Amino acid sequence: MMTEEVHDRILDVENLSVDIATRHGTLHAVRQISLHVKRGETLCIVGESGCGKSMTSLAIMGLLPKTAHRAADRLTFMGENLSRASPQRVNALRGSHMAMIFQEPMTALNPAYTIGEQLMESYIHHRKSTKIQARDRAIELLGKVGIASAAERLDQYPHQLSGGLRQRVMIAMALMCGPDLLVADEPSTALDVTIQAQILRLLADLQKELGIAMVLITHDLGVVARIAHRVVVMYAGEVVEEGSAIELFSTPHHPYTRGLLRCIPVPGRTVPGGKLGLIPGTVPSLIGELEGCSFRERCEFAQPRCAETVDMRGEPAGQRWRCILEELPA
Amino acid sequence: MSALLQAHGLTRTFKMSGGLFRANRLLHAVNGVDLAIYKGDVLGIVGESGCGKSTLARMLLGLTPPSSGSVTLDGQDIHTMSRQAVARRVQPVFQDPYSSLNPRRTLASIVALPLEVHAMGNASARRVKAIDMLERVGLPARLADHTPGQLSGGQRQRVAIARALVMRPEVVICDEPTSALDVSVQAQILNLLLDLRSEFNLTYVFISHNLAVVEHIATEVAVMYLGKVVEQSPTAALFTQPRHPYTQALLASVLTPEPGLGIPETGLGLTFPDPLNPPAGCSFHPRCPQRLAQCASAIPVLGRFAEQASGRVACHLYPLLPRPLTRSVTGPTP
Repeated sequence: MMTEEVHDRILDVENLSVDIATRHGTLHAVRQISLHVKRGETLCIVGESGCGKSMTSLAIMGLLPKTAHRAADRLTFMGENLSRASPQRVNALRGSHMAMIFQEPMTALNPAYTIGEQLMESYIHHRKSTKIQARDRAIELLGKVGIASAAERLDQYPHQLSGGLRQRVMIAMALMCGPDLLVADEPSTALDVTIQAQILRLLADLQKELGIAMVLITHDLGVVARIAHRVVVMYAGEVVEEGSAIELFSTPHHPYTRGLLRCIPVPGRTVPGGKLGLIPGTVPSLIGELEGCSFRERCEFAQPRCAETVDMRGEPAGQRWRCILEELPA
Repeated sequence: MSALLQAHGLTRTFKMSGGLFRANRLLHAVNGVDLAIYKGDVLGIVGESGCGKSTLARMLLGLTPPSSGSVTLDGQDIHTMSRQAVARRVQPVFQDPYSSLNPRRTLASIVALPLEVHAMGNASARRVKAIDMLERVGLPARLADHTPGQLSGGQRQRVAIARALVMRPEVVICDEPTSALDVSVQAQILNLLLDLRSEFNLTYVFISHNLAVVEHIATEVAVMYLGKVVEQSPTAALFTQPRHPYTQALLASVLTPEPGLGIPETGLGLTFPDPLNPPAGCSFHPRCPQRLAQCASAIPVLGRFAEQASGRVACHLYPLLPRPLTRSVTGPTP
């Protein structure tokens, strides 16, 4: 059934897997995840290190390392099947219709080229524009991301800019060709707190103004709460819960989501010096097959049934979670 | 009560090469810091990267000598004390548990090393003490002969904490101890640090850029900006009534997990100062939304601004109380 809803989806992923061959066996970094983003929507993928969130973003962008293998029942971007698309076609889409912002702007920018050259390159390549047009576009976008005296900045090198300015340049670069989808992997993690707030506010404002779809990957629940429309929580390569930000933060249904929310100190809510919530144990190894719920070893509500396959439950378009329990005990 | 650990006008400058034909320039990493840490306190030090937090920590540990000023431990200048005498009472826990542990040693020998350096007990007694400390920080004794490579980040940080505590120090200086960890592991380490504090009667200096964490663990907070303390208050007072505009911006930037609140506008602007060439007057004034005319020229002094206030602030918005006149100035009355 192709409803209106499905047509709106800029990105539609169903049962995406990423496997990486290692010396010790196959590492299942991403295990059968499904997600989608609509135009004008911000989807946050949240989870701790090693949960597969970055691999998911690289798989969507077609930027996985050579050792990783991607498989999906559906991977469509603006109605186009990315699994079938040729590398040339993916290259043409990437940079023009889908763009990515990385965590560390110092390593993502080339130190040997000026800001201007790096900004203009993709525009000249994808839009077949002249240098002058590209330069005007670069100045326009640097202004949009809040960089004053943009024309002079074009001739500077990345090392001449502060971390916050570099991240603004990265955002401007991602927006050069007017993408429909923006994937941002921890865009504010390497920045100071006041700069982080500025960068996230800029992203949220631009997203609203340009009406683009955004996938934001982060481990920071504070960032998620403030910027996401919808949230996907990942654990051990799987989606364990998804829903609107409001639903997920007010009534988390998966024990992992609730555990995460209870272990961060919140000024005004947690008692200073009091005990923070705990998630005992550690993440299971992703090498080899995992049977049943991947969280059960650390879960206070685990039962023998959890060792069998656990499906997502909940409303198809609403909050969904992967747990045998309909309702968590208080 | 006199302070346990105290910084007096602590300054540290680094010479930065200006290039082939330019003179070297001076970076004032820490610029005149006065702090007093009392027994049982948890002093949180917050500030953004490059504000001098870590340099201050290294000076408090006696690892970096100050350019001027001094650090005293129970009133005694630590530079008149031997390295070992300081280390016996003040110990560090660093940010990155991957680089702060020797990968080729076993956990027991890592934790026993401080005892070995101080020639305490024989090898088997040291091992018993080390394993006991590993258990106290939540690592089972069966891990004693593992190497750090076999541990997770949180477990490594527990080893670093065990190593710091095995000498039974009075002060532990924690420099971003949870920044490299996942949130669920961060909670474990914070709970552990709080438990150990009461168990061993510890005093902490807790350096972090995460204000929510500092609010949780600290009893007193100092906010640093470009090498200076701009505000210092008891934690509850600082978080309910921040005075300095920079503290206000820092607090406004904390993203609590409350959906629907949106992302705050800090009002700070983009002009981040060059630490090699800090602005004249108040070093925060180019970014300050509340600046006054005198902020560009006069350097504000950290001090008390109201009789009832428990903290100190360095800002022209809060005129300081006049200093009480000392007896020698007033002189004897005729």
